Amino acid sequence: MLGLTEYETAALLLSLKVAVVSVLVCLPFGLGAAWLLARMEFFGKVAIDALFHLPLVVPPVVVGYLLLVLFGRSGPLGGWVFDHFGISIAFTWKGAAIAAAVMAFPLMVRAMRLSLENVDQRLEAAARTLGASRLRVFGTITLPLMAPGILVGVILAFARALGEFGATITFVSNIPGETQTLPLALYSLAQTPDGETGAMRLALISIVVALIALIISEWLAKRIDRRRGANR
Amino acid sequence: MIDIDVQKDLGGFRIDAKVTTDTNGVIALFGRSGSGKTSLVNMIAGLTRPDSGRIVIDNEPLFDTARGIDVAPEHRRLGYVFQEDRLFPHMSVMANLRYGAPRGAPGVQFDRIVDLLGIRHLLKRRPVTLSGGEKQRVAIGRALLADPRLILMDEPLASLDSARKDEILPFIEELSSELGMPIIYVSHAMDEIIRLADKLVLISDGEIAAVGSVEELTSRLDLRPMTGRYEAGSVLHATVSHHNVEHGLTHLSFNNNTFRVPLLDLPKDRELRIRIRARDVSIALTAPQDISILNVFPGTITEIDEDGSPQVDVLIDIGAPIWARISRHSLSTLNLHPGKKAYVMIKAIAIGRYSLGGLTRSGMPSNAQ
Repeated sequence: MLGLTEYETAALLLSLKVAVVSVLVCLPFGLGAAWLLARMEFFGKVAIDALFHLPLVVPPVVVGYLLLVLFGRSGPLGGWVFDHFGISIAFTWKGAAIAAAVMAFPLMVRAMRLSLENVDQRLEAAARTLGASRLRVFGTITLPLMAPGILVGVILAFARALGEFGATITFVSNIPGETQTLPLALYSLAQTPDGETGAMRLALISIVVALIALIISEWLAKRIDRRRGANR
Repeated sequence: MIDIDVQKDLGGFRIDAKVTTDTNGVIALFGRSGSGKTSLVNMIAGLTRPDSGRIVIDNEPLFDTARGIDVAPEHRRLGYVFQEDRLFPHMSVMANLRYGAPRGAPGVQFDRIVDLLGIRHLLKRRPVTLSGGEKQRVAIGRALLADPRLILMDEPLASLDSARKDEILPFIEELSSELGMPIIYVSHAMDEIIRLADKLVLISDGEIAAVGSVEELTSRLDLRPMTGRYEAGSVLHATVSHHNVEHGLTHLSFNNNTFRVPLLDLPKDRELRIRIRARDVSIALTAPQDISILNVFPGTITEIDEDGSPQVDVLIDIGAPIWARISRHSLSTLNLHPGKKAYVMIKAIAIGRYSLGGLTRSGMPSNAQ
C-alpha cells in the first residue's frame, strides 16, 4: 500500500484503528466528565478533577502497569470482562486502545470543559423559554456551540493516542500485528542493527499522519466558523 | 389574570412580591436598578425558583410550593424577550425564528409576524451581522412565534440608543394592539412606560410598592421616591377632538378642557395619554393675558412637595392632577399653599412624540411635521 512494506502497513493500520477506537471510547466519557467539571458543584470536585488529570502527570509506565493489574486476566476488571464476555484485553489491540484512551482522556476533557464553560448559559435559558426540553437544548444549543472545543479535544486525543508508547508497551507488550503500533514498531527497529532506514521511514509516516490530522481539523474548524457566521 | 406571591432569599437581598392583576394590554414593571425586577420576571418564566409561594397565570398554577407544583420553563408558554437579544449565533435568523414554533405551525402566522416586525429581508442572515435594533426585533419575533400566552420583556430597549429605541417601540405597541398579546414590560425608563403601558406595577427593594394606572401612580406624592424626581411629571388621559391644520395644532379634550398640542397624525376620537413633565408647567395666580402659552387651565393647589432643594413640585387639580416644578423662591413670593386657586400654564410645544402613548392603539401616534 502506497509503497509501504507489509510491516509498515500493519503498524500504520493498527495505529489508526487503536487511535480511532480510543477516541470514540473517550468521547462520551469525556463529554460527561467535562459536564461534571464545568456545570456541576459537588463535594470532592477538586479530587475528581485531579483524578481525571492523573494520566497527564503520572509516568505512562505507571499507568500501563496499573492497567495491567486491573485488566490482566486475573485482575479485578479483566477477570470480570473475560468471565462475562469472553474477551481478553491484556496483550490485545483492545488493551492498546484502552491504554491510548486513558492517556488521551485528560486532554480531551480539558478542551471540552473549556469550551463548555464558554457556552453562554443565557442562550440555553432562552431556548428553554422557547419550549425546548433540556435534552433538546443540549442537542441544538450546547453541543453545536461546543463544537470547536469538541473538535480540538478529538484532535488532541487522536494525536496523543497515535503517539502513545509507555503505557501501551507496559500494558499490552509489543506484539507485531496485534499491539505493535507505529511508535512501538519504530522502537523495535531502532533497537535492531541496520534498522535505521526502517525507523526513519516510520518516523516520516508518523509525521505525515499527524499532518493530515491537523489539516483535517483546520478545515473542520473553518467550516464550523463559517456556519456560525463569524466571517459571514 | 396573573396572581403572584413569591419569596426568595438572594443572599442579602430578599424578594417578597405579592401582586394580582389582569393581563390585558401592557403591564409595566417599574423600579430602580437592583429593585428585583429581573429576579421577579425570571421567577415567572421559571428560570429562577422561588423559595416559597405561588405563581398562577390564567388559573393555571405554574408554581406552588404548597401543592408541590413547579412547571418547567419550556411548558409555561411564556415568551421572554431579554435585555440582550440572546439570538442563537450558530443559526440563521430564520432558524432562530422557527426554534420555538410548534410543529406544523401555520405559515400565515409566520408571515404575519415577520411582516409586522419588518424582518423578512433578514431571514437568511446570521445574528452577528444584524444591528442592535434588528436583533431585538428578531428576538421579539422568536418569542412570539413560540405561541406564548403572555410575553415577558426585560428592558428590551436598555442596550439600544434612542434612534434604535424608536425603531422598536412601535412594534411593541402593535404586538399588544394588533395581536392582542399581553405583555409584562420591565423598565426603569418612565418615557417608555408612559408610551406603552396601561397598568403600572411599582417594585422597590424586592416588594411590590403599588399597582394601578399609569395616570394614578405617577401623580401620587408618596410614590415619588420610586417614580423618580427628575422624571417627575403627570399623565393626562385625553381624546383627539379636532385638528387645526391652519395653525398646525391638534386639540385634545380632557374633562371638558381643551389641550392644544402640535399637529398629531391621529384620527378624531382617538384616546391617548399625554405626559406632561413638571418642569414644562408653570403657575400664575391671575389669569395670564397676552402670553404665547396656549394651554392655561384654572385649578386648585392640592399638594406641595418640598425636599429642601431650590426646586419645589406643586400638584394642582385642574380636573386632573398636574405637577408643576417651580423655584422655591416663586413658592414663597406667590405664597402658594394647598387650597389656593392658581392657573396652570403648559407650552404646546413641550408635548413631543415622546410624551404620547396610545390607549386603544392601532398605529403609533406621531407628530406630523
